Amino acid sequence: MTTTTTTPTVAVWKFASCDGCQLNLLNAEDELLDVAEAVTIAYFPEATRAMLPGPYDVSIVEGSITTPEEVERIKHVREISGALITIGACATHGGIQALRNYADVEEYTRYVYAHPEYIETLETSTPISEHVKVDFELRGCPVDKYQLVEVISAFAQGRRPRIPTYSVCVECKRAGNICVPVAHGTPCLGPVTQAGCGAICPSFNRGCYACFGPQDSQNCHGMADRLAALGMTSEEMIRAYRTFNATCEPFQAESLRHERARKAGAEEVEA
Amino acid sequence: MRTMGLAGLDELVAALGRAGYEVYGPRARDGAIVLAPIAGVADLPHGVGDTQDAAFYRLRDRGDAKVFGYSTAVQGLKPVLFPAHELLWKARKTPIGFDVEDADATPPKPRAFLGARDCDLRALAVHDTVLASREFADKAYGQRREGVFVVAVTCSDPCGTCFCVSQGGSPKPQEGYDLALTELLDGDGHRFLVEVGSERGAEILAEVTTTDAPPTDTAAADAVVAEATASMGRTLDTSDLHDVMYAAADSPHWDEVAARCLACTNCTLVCPTCFCTSVEDTTDLTKSMTERHRVWDSCFGSRFSYIHGGVVRESGKSRYRQWITHKLAGYQDQFGLSGCVGCGRCITWCPAAIDITAEAAALRAGLTTGATDALETAGETR
Ligand code: SF4
Ligand code: SF4
Ligand code: SF4
Ligand code: SF4
Repeated sequence: MTTTTTTPTVAVWKFASCDGCQLNLLNAEDELLDVAEAVTIAYFPEATRAMLPGPYDVSIVEGSITTPEEVERIKHVREISGALITIGACATHGGIQALRNYADVEEYTRYVYAHPEYIETLETSTPISEHVKVDFELRGCPVDKYQLVEVISAFAQGRRPRIPTYSVCVECKRAGNICVPVAHGTPCLGPVTQAGCGAICPSFNRGCYACFGPQDSQNCHGMADRLAALGMTSEEMIRAYRTFNATCEPFQAESLRHERARKAGAEEVEA
Repeated sequence: MRTMGLAGLDELVAALGRAGYEVYGPRARDGAIVLAPIAGVADLPHGVGDTQDAAFYRLRDRGDAKVFGYSTAVQGLKPVLFPAHELLWKARKTPIGFDVEDADATPPKPRAFLGARDCDLRALAVHDTVLASREFADKAYGQRREGVFVVAVTCSDPCGTCFCVSQGGSPKPQEGYDLALTELLDGDGHRFLVEVGSERGAEILAEVTTTDAPPTDTAAADAVVAEATASMGRTLDTSDLHDVMYAAADSPHWDEVAARCLACTNCTLVCPTCFCTSVEDTTDLTKSMTERHRVWDSCFGSRFSYIHGGVVRESGKSRYRQWITHKLAGYQDQFGLSGCVGCGRCITWCPAAIDITAEAAALRAGLTTGATDALETAGETR
């Protein structure tokens, strides 16, 4: 392996997350040696003990901001990084832990920890982009390993990453899947969700759970009407739009619309 | 005319295999009928029918032994002859420059399609015009298209979204086939009436055990066609349709469709005549190899209308308008034919239940109440 100073240095950082996205980089076994040739992995505690001092040409950030300490740490990462790429639903949209944004965190802490007084945490889980400038966001829960390698090579080669922003349906049809809402009556969020996973869930006859967040031309309201036609209740709809990307605007707006309707006890959701 | 039984059909599939064809036919998979490679009649969907409506598709037990008793398969011939993804070429870095390699120099094995419908064949004719008959022909399509053997089948059970009769089609295959079958199942047994459409068809049929069809079979086949023609699930009023579409360019109805349209692209990807693609270039990590891929694209995506400076068709309404206007009017100006063969797939597989026949009717109705002299100025508006 050649480690010359001419290949860009890359650091991988973890914030509030499950490590799944970093693991997907390690899972890219066939590409990993090429990655190591193309860039210098300078800081990646999950993978190697070797740690080169910063600054780094590219920082890859996994996880969301949930503690006061993280607010400060991400600013430091930004300062010592050339390009900053966030990976995964936590980093791009707050992740599953952003469900706390709709709940009483203090109450949660009391239930979960024996000594809640030791817990120092924020009221919300927020995406990295709410705290520092982000150069590229790679979606997914977890991210797709091929997309991750594509983003790394794009930054290493100084070109734009080839990451489509159209719907999961495009990949689903290209894969030759049978559409699950139409043929099985299974609710599927694929039409409002950004592609990238290769339509994994419909390939296994499951509906898409929208883990890649909204596609660039989403119509979440129209989607909700169709989910309702397939028998989804407002409560289920709130959950569907809040699972992985609860803080992103179009999903949030749609979940709130259904929540207002439920609180008002209305039969019909407002138009 | 000749006739054969299920055993004869099996012999036909075998004869096509011996002649070097990869035979595609209908199969039930994941609750739907797809066209996929078959080895014999055992693979066909025996006794399987379908029920289709807007955003609705279910298989049903027919309660009989018919093997072609469904209507349209999930896709037509498009995914085979014009695949969703295709490597166009790749280039490898050399010490002095780069070498371009063709994607795949070996010519593809010729395909035979068993069970193609009239709408499938008319869609194939549209692709032949668009992809293979213009100044710059699509070489890969031409290669795959060449030597295709078609065993067409008369539709006996059109579904709820079929409207081919409105679009100049028929449940009975009109042209573009080598052999055409009509499945008969009554007191006289389970059999297939065969019509020969080409010399190749006659040659293959000569290898199959057939008997002379009695005149009653011809009458029975005609009855199947007449009944199917009368049971189209939908209709489309095509009078002045080309002009109606252009005159409706500013209709308020577009907003109404856009509220429902999910911009998911399904309608275009299942449409057997839609032909838009985009190219994607990739480089590997070592920067020594680059590839150009062609993939299906759709006018419902935002990047589709991206030109320097931005996206031309930002709104959902402009994209739906582009799609339906191109289908029902633009194709005529461009290619001299309709871009819609009336197969109904875009209606069935639209997860939002948007219906090209209903939208066209609503746009037409809007004209009579709204823009009165719009038909006069048709064509000027875009
Ligand atoms: S199964 Fe879901 S993702 Fe696939 S085409 Fe249908 S709606 Fe789209
Ligand atoms: S189909 Fe949807 S939920 Fe499943 S992996 Fe893909 S984006 Fe995520
Ligand atoms: S526009 Fe719809 S009905 Fe017409 S050919 Fe395409 S898929 Fe079939
Ligand atoms: S018309 Fe239907 S299938 Fe086509 S993009 Fe809109 S919602 Fe999707």
